[in-house]
Amino acid sequence: MKISCTAVLLSAFGFASFAAQGAEIAEDQSQILTRPDSPASGRYFRPPLEREIPDNAFGKLVQEGRAIFVDTKNRAPEYVGNGLSCGNCHLEQGRRANSAPLWAAYTMYPAYRKKNDRVNSYTERLQGCFQFSMNGKAPEAESRVIAALTAYSYWLAMGAPTGQELPGRAYPEVPPPAGGFDLAKGERIYADQCAICHGADGEGQKAGENYVFPPLWGADSFNWGAGMHRINTAAAFIKENMPLGKGGTLSDEDAWHVAAFMNSHERPQDPRLIDGSVEKTRDKYHANDGVNLYGMVVNGRMLGQGVE
Amino acid sequence: MILRYGPIAGIFLVCAVHAQAPADVYSRGGANPAAVACASCHGAQGEGMEAGGFPRLAGLPADYIKKQLADFASGARANPIMQPIASALTREEIDTLAAMLTAQAYPEVAPVGKGAEVQELGETLALRGAWDRNIPECVACHGPGGRGVGEVFPPLAGQPAQYLAAQLIAWQQGTRTNDPNDLMGHIGRSLTADEIEAVSKYFAGLKK
Ligand code: HEC
Ligand code: HEC
Ligand code: HEC
Ligand code: HEC
Repeated sequence: MKISCTAVLLSAFGFASFAAQGAEIAEDQSQILTRPDSPASGRYFRPPLEREIPDNAFGKLVQEGRAIFVDTKNRAPEYVGNGLSCGNCHLEQGRRANSAPLWAAYTMYPAYRKKNDRVNSYTERLQGCFQFSMNGKAPEAESRVIAALTAYSYWLAMGAPTGQELPGRAYPEVPPPAGGFDLAKGERIYADQCAICHGADGEGQKAGENYVFPPLWGADSFNWGAGMHRINTAAAFIKENMPLGKGGTLSDEDAWHVAAFMNSHERPQDPRLIDGSVEKTRDKYHANDGVNLYGMVVNGRMLGQGVE
Repeated sequence: MILRYGPIAGIFLVCAVHAQAPADVYSRGGANPAAVACASCHGAQGEGMEAGGFPRLAGLPADYIKKQLADFASGARANPIMQPIASALTREEIDTLAAMLTAQAYPEVAPVGKGAEVQELGETLALRGAWDRNIPECVACHGPGGRGVGEVFPPLAGQPAQYLAAQLIAWQQGTRTNDPNDLMGHIGRSLTADEIEAVSKYFAGLKK
């Protein structure tokens, strides 16, 4: 337990210095930083309504993209390596402000991403989601899945102002607790507020073959390379969107504690693993990636070993 | 048990008989005469009774059944019919009833989820929610096809529309406050009368 506290505090301080360099990092689209309160203005872009999807070939592609987005495992199985759907982290079918809505994303690409050190097209952004968040493999740029997801995003963004970051993009950053995060507190919050749906051990719950409540860690969850593995990103998502239907009810501190608890568990390996070495992979990809526990020792175990 | 009913020999005897054949509580009532036979309202096989708006019990999760009976007794779920019945059941009777009811099959329902297209109001609430009021898709918690998830999230499919609507109204009126962490309560309170009618009809119609 002592060891874990040290690791935890270190990373919390790490965040402070990371935040201080915000100006440099803002260029980096791997991590989209949005202000915590600016979107509260309520001036969000309103995407078109589903019933306005045109009754033609384009409309069919849009509807197909929507269905893939909310039911990814069944509708794009060859590219999905876990139990998740895109819509599990982009609520209301990718429409909800502050839940990384597709309408706010679409117009921002191409963009530079430090994650792979190049300017990424929207297609490449989507492919990244499959490799990391979905722990699967990237659909080919020419595939039907990419065509449908792109059409859906494009349709949602129709009428949105271009060339500017829209309010409601990504997940609004939540300030970290002054004394660093606390895994024991996170565990208690998890038991009180999350386990009823996501299971006592983060394993999620199924109805039949499919998850209704997605797994938060373990073999069927997102991998160590996904944006959600960062505690700061997870805290932002959780604060805004969880418990389901009651977003905004957790305090900033509690969102951090529970996010840290969630991300202090094993999950599938980062597919960018270098020479089978967690340390090398940490140095290259995780050391400057927000606040995360990849390669850190928690409760006497080094995280980042991965699970199959 | 003995302390309470011991002095009245007749009742004590009845109690003993029932203890031997516990499945009978469902069709004949419990040891305490206030624990009226469930079958008279919930149907011979626990299939519910559409005309009276009595819910189906067969195939509900065991923990859910036990929790509801405890909540009726405590008043967290206030209901003048079920309150005296639930209060009169013994712990053993509740355990056997729950085990017997949950062992029965719940009718098969097509697992319609968020991927499906929507037209009417009820279907739209069920599969899209009303997120501008923080109402998630009903299937996000009650599962595709409203078939229920685990021990906490009950099935809605095939329950009488009148019953489903009564529950949503009970949350609005504050007579049902037994849901964990107000997960369901805030949803019930945010629905309009038209929405309650439409979504109740939608789930009631999902049988067979
Ligand atoms: C485990 C949660 C999770 C899942 C599942 C997920 N995403 Fe994401 N997604 C994120 C996070 C977190 C970000 C924010 C990016 C960051 O900060 O790294 C993001 C960002 C994005 C963006 C860019 C948003 C922007 O404003 O630039 C797009 C587009 C996107 N996701 C699409 C998808 C698609 C398509 C899928 C399914 C194939 C998917 N996501 C699955 C968590 C998830
Ligand atoms: C009422 C059930 C419920 C509760 C309670 C709940 N969640 Fe969720 N959670 C969901 C559902 C359902 C989704 C997927 C959302 C969707 O697909 O629309 C989800 C998605 C998530 C995700 C993104 C998907 C993934 O697998 O990583 C995270 C992270 C998460 N929840 C964390 C939490 C945390 C932390 C808590 C407690 C503070 C919590 N949830 C409480 C139902 C719940
Ligand atoms: C006189 C009619 C009547 C009898 C007899 C009766 N019930 Fe009920 N029961 C109802 C009504 C009406 C409701 C709906 C109450 C409400 O609206 O909250 C109900 C609801 C329930 C529920 C909640 C179901 C759900 O989906 O939440 C359970 C469990 C239940 N009854 C069990 C029993 C058991 C066990 C017995 C026998 C010991 C029994 N009932 C006897 C009328 C009856
Ligand atoms: C965030 C999760 C969640 C969502 C979303 C949700 N429910 Fe529920 N619902 C619950 C829980 C939990 C219960 C059981 C409460 C209890 O323990 O008594 C419940 C119970 C119910 C009941 C009572 C069932 C019975 O047998 O008595 C009805 C009716 C109901 N919900 C309707 C709906 C409708 C309609 C929607 C969509 C508009 C919906 N629910 C969305 C969590 C949810």
